[in-house]
Amino acid sequence: MPPTENTPATSSTPSTSATPAIEFKDVEKSFGKTTVLKDLNFSVAPGERVTLIGPSGSGKTTILRLVMTLEELTGGYIFVDGKPLTHTEKNGKRVELPSKTTRAMTTRIGMVFQQFNLFPNMTVLENIIEAPIHVLGRSKSDAVAEAKSLLEKVGLAEKADEHPSRLSGGQQQRVAIARALAMSPEILLLDEVTSALDPELVGDVLGVLRDIAETTDITMLLVTHEMQFARDVSHRVMMFDGGQVLEEGPPDQIFNNPQHERTKSFLSSVL
Amino acid sequence: MTDNFTTLLNFLPQLWEGIQTTLILTIAGSIGTIIIAVILGLAMTSPHAWLRIPARIIVEFFRGTSLLVQLFWLFYVLPLLGVDLDPLMCGIGALALNYGAYSAEVVRSSIKTVNPGQWEAAIALSLSPTRRMIRVIFPQAWALMIPSLATLLIQLLKGTAVVFFITLSDLTDKIQQLRQSTGDTVFAFTVGLVIYFVMAWLIQELMNLLERQATRRLGRRRPNSRSDRRDARRDAREELRLDRLKSRAAANDGASKLGPAGQGGGL
Amino acid sequence: MIWNWEFAAEALPILLRGFVNTLIATVVGTIIAAILGLLIAVAIRTLPRWINWLVRLLVAFIRNTPLIVQLLFVYFAFSDIPGLVNIPALAVGCIVIGIHYSTYMSESYRAGIDSVPPGQHEAATALSLPPVRTFTAVVLPQALRATIPSLGNYAVAMFKDTPFLFAISVVELVTSAKQFGGSTFAYTEAFTLAGIIFLAASYPTSLLIQRLDKRLATY
Repeated sequence: MPPTENTPATSSTPSTSATPAIEFKDVEKSFGKTTVLKDLNFSVAPGERVTLIGPSGSGKTTILRLVMTLEELTGGYIFVDGKPLTHTEKNGKRVELPSKTTRAMTTRIGMVFQQFNLFPNMTVLENIIEAPIHVLGRSKSDAVAEAKSLLEKVGLAEKADEHPSRLSGGQQQRVAIARALAMSPEILLLDEVTSALDPELVGDVLGVLRDIAETTDITMLLVTHEMQFARDVSHRVMMFDGGQVLEEGPPDQIFNNPQHERTKSFLSSVL
Repeated sequence: MTDNFTTLLNFLPQLWEGIQTTLILTIAGSIGTIIIAVILGLAMTSPHAWLRIPARIIVEFFRGTSLLVQLFWLFYVLPLLGVDLDPLMCGIGALALNYGAYSAEVVRSSIKTVNPGQWEAAIALSLSPTRRMIRVIFPQAWALMIPSLATLLIQLLKGTAVVFFITLSDLTDKIQQLRQSTGDTVFAFTVGLVIYFVMAWLIQELMNLLERQATRRLGRRRPNSRSDRRDARRDAREELRLDRLKSRAAANDGASKLGPAGQGGGL
Repeated sequence: MIWNWEFAAEALPILLRGFVNTLIATVVGTIIAAILGLLIAVAIRTLPRWINWLVRLLVAFIRNTPLIVQLLFVYFAFSDIPGLVNIPALAVGCIVIGIHYSTYMSESYRAGIDSVPPGQHEAATALSLPPVRTFTAVVLPQALRATIPSLGNYAVAMFKDTPFLFAISVVELVTSAKQFGGSTFAYTEAFTLAGIIFLAASYPTSLLIQRLDKRLATY
């Protein structure tokens, strides 16, 4: 499906010339005998924000989980900033990279989960500084200062010493976003980050994400059911069905003028 | 009866010796148990088969062959193989191996019970496997495993009584001496059993304390205080009732919704 | 020479003879524990508060004190009473081990009874079934389903505790191994075989119970 001419009028158009931030090459993923993704080829430019939409079971969450190395890639390659993530080709053979190499790559990638997944045995602040100190080797004072400014940014400065269990779902999710940002990721993966929230708490979380989209050039790959949000922040929308890209294009085109029947019926069911 | 108490009073120093032996066995055995349990339990959750399978075999072996067999093996067979342990070490060793194997299974299942989202978040932050376990998973599993460990450590205390079979003079042995010097079986054994009961109660209290501490670190209240358990039971019942009502309502709803949709299938 | 096959061959029939007593103690003990455990569970549910408290204290007391000491206690207490001197040690062993484990099994029954949805109770009440009938015909059969695997696990645990009967000189598996070792110094063969027999009996049983548990769990 070739993208059409009319590009979106977004302020920060991603560069297309540089090495892609993420590249999928012949990606295949199966769980036992069920194939979820097959022959998947696409790339995301640095700074680009791409929303994956599609019916449940279409494989969109699996894509995020593959990039985060939470699932094992059963075929093909994923490149991050031009470098192989989990597998590489050696003498025409597909070989797995050592886990240390992969882990060094994943430090550039952050993820926010549907269920927040804050660590309940740590305070909000400890949640945020854990990885910067023990993975990136930052000094504690730097990490704390950075964490506090991030908490400020997500509007939770006064909650630094609370336990996650004492926060509302929306607050927990904002902490989770701060925790991901504390690693200064080049790529941020957002997996249905508002789906587990009460409707009245969704706005705050989306507000924070909008702010990040406007003020940084982090590459974002997101799966969401918030179509208005997707339309506002993304440069490109990809419609998935049955593990394949059905169509893709700028949000205006996909939402206003979808080409495929499946896309039309999917959009009418969610909008 | 007063005779009994004078005899008991005179016997107290000896009784205390026996209690000390039982305490040493219990404390050293518990420490050994926990060390073995953590090592074997972690090994059993390992993704590497070369760690997992031997650990599983060791656990099944020590769970399946009775404590007394293990004790006698250490006491009678090891010297024939050239390893001479004193009886106290045999006792501690057998207790630690036997209860360590049982506890390893508790450690394994608690680690497996920690929400998979916690593993995923730790991977997403690129924490190393060691850091993941020490800082994220184990503290949460620890809170889950304490109640079962408490039960096992009380079992271990009860198990220490086997050592009088290998010539150690523990509390059980002293109770029998007390029986001989008083000639009153009921008196001697009641005293002995009450002492064991108090020790078991102390272990339980200590473990409750540890559990409270562990759950407080998770920012939760201790989940099984008596009132909590009562509340939980009531909640569970209430929830079940609501669920049933809801599913019944949904079934009715579904029936009425499906009907017309089924007819207008040409959409 | 560490291992002598001749000794092993010689020991095996003696051990198996001892094993018969092990099995008797396990089976009789399990029957006593299963019946008494149910009685305790029902008693705790139905008795008035103060006596209920007493029963629970007694249960906790038996549960949290060593089986070996209890065995010795009852064995010596019986030998003090002229009419009871001649009761065989094995019978004492079965009774004590049965009582000891009934305190564990009562807990399984309690959990099983609690797991029956209250709606079952309500439905039976709605049909005006008398309470006894409600319990025996409606609640208990469903509770047993959830209880049986756990009773099985305790039976296996009891099996592994039978060597404690050594304390009151019942010649069961381990005692016979020790006697054989004492007379031949073939401790290695005797105790290793005893361990293997235990493992060979308990491990498959545990696996069986696990499978039963899974089967019963899926209604």
